[in-house]
Amino acid sequence: MQFNRDVRPILSNNCFLCHGPDANKRQSGLRLDIREAAIEKGAIVPGNVAESKLVARIGHEQEMLRMPPAYSNKSLSESQKQTLINWIEQGAPYQGHWAYTPPVRPAAPSGSAAIDHFVTQRLREEGLVPVGRAGKRQLARRLSLDLTGLPPDAELVERYAKNEDQQAYEKLVDQLLASPHFGERMAVSWLDLVRYADTTGFHNDVPFNVYPYRDYVIAAFNGNKPFDQFTREQLGGDLMPNPTDEQLVASAYNRLNRLTTEGGAQAKEYLAKYASDRVSTTATVWLGSTLGCAECHDHKFDPFLTKEFYQIGAFFADIEEVGVFPRDGNYGPRHRILRDNDREEAARIEARLEKLRLDGKGLLPDKGANRRAVKDYLKTAAGSWTPLEPTKVWDDCSDPDIEGCEGLELEIKKEGLVQTRIVGDEKPRESVQVFEIPLRGQTMSALLVEILPSKGFDEFYLSRIRAQIRGRGEYALNLLFRDLVPDQENEEEGSLLRDTLEDNPQSGWAGKPSKEGVRRAMYVLEQPLEAEPTDTLVVTLTYNGRAARAVAGLTRLSATEVDFPELPGKGDRFNEITAGNSNWQEIRRLDRSLRSLWDRADECHIAHAVDEPREMRILPRGDWMNEAGEVVRPQTPAFLGEIPEDGRRLNRLDLGTWLASAENPLTARVFVNRMWRMFFGVGLSKSLGDMGSQGEPPVHPELLDWLAVEFVESGWDVKHLLRTMLLSDAYQRSSEPSPALLEKDPYNRLYGRQAMLRIDAEFVRDSALKISGLLNTQMGGPSVKPYQPKGYYAELNFPKREYEPDYDANQFRRGVYTHWQRTFLQPSLMAFDAPAREECTPERAVSNTPLQSLALLNDPSYVEAARAFAARMLPASSDDAKRIDFAFQTAFSRSASDEERTALLELLESQRQRFRAAPERAAELLVIGITPLPSSADKPELAAWTMVARAMLNKHEFLMRY
Amino acid sequence: MIDHTSRRSFLGRASMGLGSLALGQMLEGADPGISGFPDHGSKIKRVIVLCMAGGPSHLELLDHKPMLAKLDSEPMPESVTAGQQIAQLQGKELRILGPQHPFQRYGQSGQHMSTLLPHIGSVADDICIVRSMVTEQINHDTAHTLMNTGFRVSGRPSMGSWIVYGLGSDAENLPGFVVLTSEGGAQAQPIAARQWSSGFLPSVHQGVKFNSAGDPVNYVRNPAGVNREMQGELIDTVGKLNRFQNQMVEDPEIQTRISQYELAFRMQMAVPELTDFSSEPESVREMYGEGQFARNCLLARRLAERGVRFIQLYHRGWDHHGSIKDGIVESARYCDQASAALVKDLKQRGMLEDTLVVWGGEFGRTPMYQGEYAKAGRDHHIKGFSMWMAGGGIRAGHSHGATDDLGYNAVEDIVHVNDFHATMLHLLGIDHKRLTYRFQGRDFRLTDVAGEVVQGVLV
Repeated sequence: MQFNRDVRPILSNNCFLCHGPDANKRQSGLRLDIREAAIEKGAIVPGNVAESKLVARIGHEQEMLRMPPAYSNKSLSESQKQTLINWIEQGAPYQGHWAYTPPVRPAAPSGSAAIDHFVTQRLREEGLVPVGRAGKRQLARRLSLDLTGLPPDAELVERYAKNEDQQAYEKLVDQLLASPHFGERMAVSWLDLVRYADTTGFHNDVPFNVYPYRDYVIAAFNGNKPFDQFTREQLGGDLMPNPTDEQLVASAYNRLNRLTTEGGAQAKEYLAKYASDRVSTTATVWLGSTLGCAECHDHKFDPFLTKEFYQIGAFFADIEEVGVFPRDGNYGPRHRILRDNDREEAARIEARLEKLRLDGKGLLPDKGANRRAVKDYLKTAAGSWTPLEPTKVWDDCSDPDIEGCEGLELEIKKEGLVQTRIVGDEKPRESVQVFEIPLRGQTMSALLVEILPSKGFDEFYLSRIRAQIRGRGEYALNLLFRDLVPDQENEEEGSLLRDTLEDNPQSGWAGKPSKEGVRRAMYVLEQPLEAEPTDTLVVTLTYNGRAARAVAGLTRLSATEVDFPELPGKGDRFNEITAGNSNWQEIRRLDRSLRSLWDRADECHIAHAVDEPREMRILPRGDWMNEAGEVVRPQTPAFLGEIPEDGRRLNRLDLGTWLASAENPLTARVFVNRMWRMFFGVGLSKSLGDMGSQGEPPVHPELLDWLAVEFVESGWDVKHLLRTMLLSDAYQRSSEPSPALLEKDPYNRLYGRQAMLRIDAEFVRDSALKISGLLNTQMGGPSVKPYQPKGYYAELNFPKREYEPDYDANQFRRGVYTHWQRTFLQPSLMAFDAPAREECTPERAVSNTPLQSLALLNDPSYVEAARAFAARMLPASSDDAKRIDFAFQTAFSRSASDEERTALLELLESQRQRFRAAPERAAELLVIGITPLPSSADKPELAAWTMVARAMLNKHEFLMRY
Repeated sequence: MIDHTSRRSFLGRASMGLGSLALGQMLEGADPGISGFPDHGSKIKRVIVLCMAGGPSHLELLDHKPMLAKLDSEPMPESVTAGQQIAQLQGKELRILGPQHPFQRYGQSGQHMSTLLPHIGSVADDICIVRSMVTEQINHDTAHTLMNTGFRVSGRPSMGSWIVYGLGSDAENLPGFVVLTSEGGAQAQPIAARQWSSGFLPSVHQGVKFNSAGDPVNYVRNPAGVNREMQGELIDTVGKLNRFQNQMVEDPEIQTRISQYELAFRMQMAVPELTDFSSEPESVREMYGEGQFARNCLLARRLAERGVRFIQLYHRGWDHHGSIKDGIVESARYCDQASAALVKDLKQRGMLEDTLVVWGGEFGRTPMYQGEYAKAGRDHHIKGFSMWMAGGGIRAGHSHGATDDLGYNAVEDIVHVNDFHATMLHLLGIDHKRLTYRFQGRDFRLTDVAGEVVQGVLV
């Protein structure tokens, strides 16, 4: 008999509610979670069943006196009663709760052999024999899906299958652990835990930039950052001495909670919600504890006190924030960081600039020749602008961002000028002005926007500019800009121009032409556009007044061919341009290059500590309006060991250090248990989010502790931990159970076989993209937008939104980079159980629903992938059966069986006939998606193969890791 | 190798407790729910919630307060408002606004309702008005969360998911929990998909929102160029491939997957048929009237006929912070006629007796006005507001509970959101304390740790 395994669950489930840690709910002053207390009250008399009141009460004849009482809806089975009686008979020995006792390494062979030692021992005890090793192809596929979230390349499988080297498996593990896709795979689960998303979550659910944090997580796993350091950086990266970019971005962990911008929200109420969310999340992520329960009352099952809930909350009371955020969600410090490749480039430019500035300083006398040189330069660079004369302009009231834009008319005047006229009674607040300009084959390197003074239009507020080329097929081509040049050269203006390229309609470029004169902004194209004669440039200017009525009156667009254009303007800008430096021309170019790197830099909300942390009170019953509670300081739960204060206020960095310290009994166990779940299908303790009294005691306590100690002693080395698991025999077993295992261990809790796992939502689509050859492996950066049903955001408001999928290579990025709209997650991802990330999700559900079938069948992502996959099959062979074999190797890492091949050939033949009879159907099917269709394609043939490919992507096996 | 019988028995056992029980049962089409429910005699089979999102003003619609008219534009007594939660009126002067529209008595029962609701008035004898609702959350997002999940912090299952989890659904080719949306009459507050989430319950129980534009259900339409026969052939092939695999691999999910494809294929047929109103007589369509909300009410009836267990309509258009006098006329025009038509239509088909129809918002509105008097609106209010219910087991033609003379505090027979949930579950034959689900070591229920069945609204 073991207390933790056999007795505690009975007491915890049936008795602790009224006789446990929660002092407020405790009945008759009796607690059964502490041995001395239970003995003192006479509930338990060790070794004396007859004298133990507990025994008398659980078997009491009178229902009124029987425990647990009928009204509790709880009852003890006869065998549970007997267990309690036997236990008291044996002297009622207690054990500390297993998870709160520091793990000690049990004796075992070293390395992966330890895993097999424990697993095999237990199987032997149960009289079970594990199954054999999985086939090599299956192992390669399993490893690839487990470590990268992608199916393996057919040739990798082939190579491994033929490799007789003893070390081949180990090498494959190492190869995949070193893949950059490893970090992407691992990040998915971590991002679920920390509830990372791209929007604010409550109410209007507007964008909130934290994506560099996502990239930080990916890089951390790829770079095998020790888990203790990973922990410290997230909790308190901003508090580290001279924090690096990386550490600052890591601190965004503290900003990942949902936040509100709702008018009429009460700041204090929401600050309490944010605090509570941070405590619950941090406790679940690192401690595997349901501390959230202690917000209103002492925890009913575990020794967490309400006070301790608020003490942990106090760690986060220093975060600079407000209860109610501005409508656009932006508040608090943001950190800008250059993208990876840009970082070196910027350093190079900076060094060069420094030298140029020094070398040429004061060497340019203000003489006629120099003035003429500057003048000539400006004549080309700033004087070569040609007005773009629109043939059509209109105010687009169909834009869902815009409310009540009626009442405006646009009029084309000479030289590209466009005048806004008010036709209604009132000047509208907002306007979406569309300019259609035929390009007639010219070259264009930059676009100039000029807003001129116009009576009745004092100011403007341009929230968004978009330039597209139409006339080249079904989709418009978005023009990308690299260099944004404002007419007022300061940092603020630059960032406002950047905002005009982003979706958020509530930030942008503002000006007052009535006071300031003509305002200008230059957008230099990423690459010069060589227009085709059929091209039409469509520029959309959105005025969405943060300040009311900020629509521009008189506007002109111009273009230039010059590769390094300057803004037009004042004629004599000698001093402004040269600053007396003889290297002025090169300085000017490099300066702009540097700025353009910063223009595309990433921006991330981060944590920043205020000098005076907010007061943190215990809120009685969680009621934020009640100020009667005691004020608390940051501290950890007493029973887990407090951090010495040494006269200073503890901070988040202290918390991070404590969370991942060897003294903390929970963190390592929680993490290794989650990793075990990832690679074996079910945790050693099944409840990934709760290692407390109500969680499941581990089926292999020694194995869990051995792994936890190994993890800590390896220096919290994640790849080492995974490698240890993956090299075990247990991991490499077949997932096909023996009849005996099925009979005696149907849920595979003893790991006599491998698990059969449905792959995660992101990896479902990733796999389709990989197999079809469409996958874009670019890493990091702003989130991307795969296809989504039109109107899916209809219920969003303030502002209203229309989702615009990426019509470029970003369409084919991995799912981990998908734009995560908390209140309306992309529906295909949602169908496959991706969580909305509104709160911490320790484990995803695994469902099997008709909505999944519909998504795989009809979501354009899968239809397009099927077409691309079909296009890969055709050249693989001229023989249909061989093409199907190729497809099977690619998709499932195995060859097709005869009956599978026959079934697909039958489908092929029938669909061939159908498409040949109605070729227009083929044409319709094949234009789904943005991948161009080669004009040489035999459409009915390709369409028929597309149906074959669809059958494969819809096959259950496609979703499975065996 | 494993013989066929052991495979069978494994399927049966493995489905249990792996969270796929309900799925295993969906193999038969309809879903019978979990065993043990209903646990007592049920009065109703299904629920239709007409959620008037934004917070309709009880003071202009269902709660007649003559005293307010007398005190119009007077300061609100501080004794009432001191220390109370307040939303957009934070820091503002608090003055009373009299009812902006007259009330009258309707029906044999003589229930008092606004003249803005003549159609609902015409079914006054079929409905029970609750005038003593209270909630705890004063902002839209969290108030909807409480109204749907019984708890202020999101993450728990919505009421529709609980009910479908417990009772299953009779709908063979449609989801058991369907959500429909419309807007008009006031600024449309956003509504999040989490409001119909299944939380920690198996996700098969989540609400499926039907889109008001485009395909009614996401991805329900075949890709362009693919007709039903072609799609059918594809699905047959997928089924064949999966069956081959089922003979090779001991994966219990394969059988479920095969069924889900068959169900998906049937849904592809059932959904267009469902949303095609051409078979509805002109008289019926006229009874419901025009607009998206009216369409949704008619669709709700058609969903109910097809066995859908829980149908929830959101009309996003009752958030009258300003100009409530005119605004609420608009909102009522969108919703009055169709709401009443739904009750009548269900009644004439004999379905009202086993349906519960609920009409109300996430909170009410303040007796105090917001903005300038000439364009007065009302702010969010949680201490007293109204709803109505109709259907099986409901005491028709009756008013339950009351607020104080100012319409501020519910003072008589107070009904908390948890009580409302307990009552709804009771009508469905479920003891709200017994329908629980263990998650992270705790047994959760829709009514959290509270909730009493409101006997006063029951026959």
